Amino acid sequence: MSEEPLLYVYVVGFDGNALDRVTSLTAGVDGGALRPVSSHRGLTALVSAVPRERFGEEGLAAQLEDLGRLEAVARAHHTVVDTAFAETTVLPMRLATVYRDEARVAAVLEERHAAFDALLRMLDGHVELGVKVYAVPQAAPAPAEPPEGEAGSPGRAYLQRRRAARRSTQDSYRAAAATAEAAARLASAIASARSVHRPQQGEWSGGRGENVANEAYLVPRSEAERFRAEVGALAGDTPGVALEVTGPWAPYSFATEAATGGAAV
Amino acid sequence: MPGPQIALIDLLDRLLNGGAVLTGDLVLSIADVDLVHINLRAVIRSITSDEPAPLCAPVRSHPEEL
Repeated sequence: MSEEPLLYVYVVGFDGNALDRVTSLTAGVDGGALRPVSSHRGLTALVSAVPRERFGEEGLAAQLEDLGRLEAVARAHHTVVDTAFAETTVLPMRLATVYRDEARVAAVLEERHAAFDALLRMLDGHVELGVKVYAVPQAAPAPAEPPEGEAGSPGRAYLQRRRAARRSTQDSYRAAAATAEAAARLASAIASARSVHRPQQGEWSGGRGENVANEAYLVPRSEAERFRAEVGALAGDTPGVALEVTGPWAPYSFATEAATGGAAV
Repeated sequence: MPGPQIALIDLLDRLLNGGAVLTGDLVLSIADVDLVHINLRAVIRSITSDEPAPLCAPVRSHPEEL
């Protein structure tokens, strides 16, 4: 007999009926069946059983360092969150939030009732939208032909090309920074809250250039389309700059008290 | 309405830095998360194509267009 499984927690919400529906719409990590766990005061968590050997402390650390496994767990987590988010207001949990048993989950729902209640009320009727700005240095323009009689040595031509490339890179970064600033101004005027993520590393940015701004905004659902259109239009004709609006996401970036306490714009 | 697959990096931004942190029976510390990021960077570097990073214009030792 292997040890008792652990419980993986995906979301917390108030609408037990809606969360109950989610259990028949999708499954959890590794296809585990979803089930609701409720507190006495009307908060419900969606959970699924996961094997202790893979989700205990050591197993978890090993899994998260294996990119394939990390991706599988992350996508399963997101599928549950996203399906629940389509049904009702939810508070998404951080990746790999694991408890011993249902009694512990219910106890935490009781302990944190006031904080969860406040967060869920604030998140109600909102979606999260991401804004990413990239500097995309353009190919350096071909240097002008050296005038007749002035022998352009290969060395000099090379140095000119290098200088032009450096200028193009600097211009691109300057333009991207200006676009990021304009985007933040416009986005903040529409959004209820803003959360700044670290720029993504070069090798992650998918060949789109260098990520200079990586932000999340909590936007009223009714304004999501306007946000996408207005913010998305900002980089349209700026050479050397790319801008991407991602989402709508469940409000991951606004699910902690730290992210929302005083973050209103 | 399944859209195109979400970029893993955008997902990890949210699942590792966002999401409600519960005082769980097992909570990943911030240090652990950073460790994961560092390890991931190593993994990604090892599997990405060798296309040059944006800031490293290839310097040819044999310029062809002379």
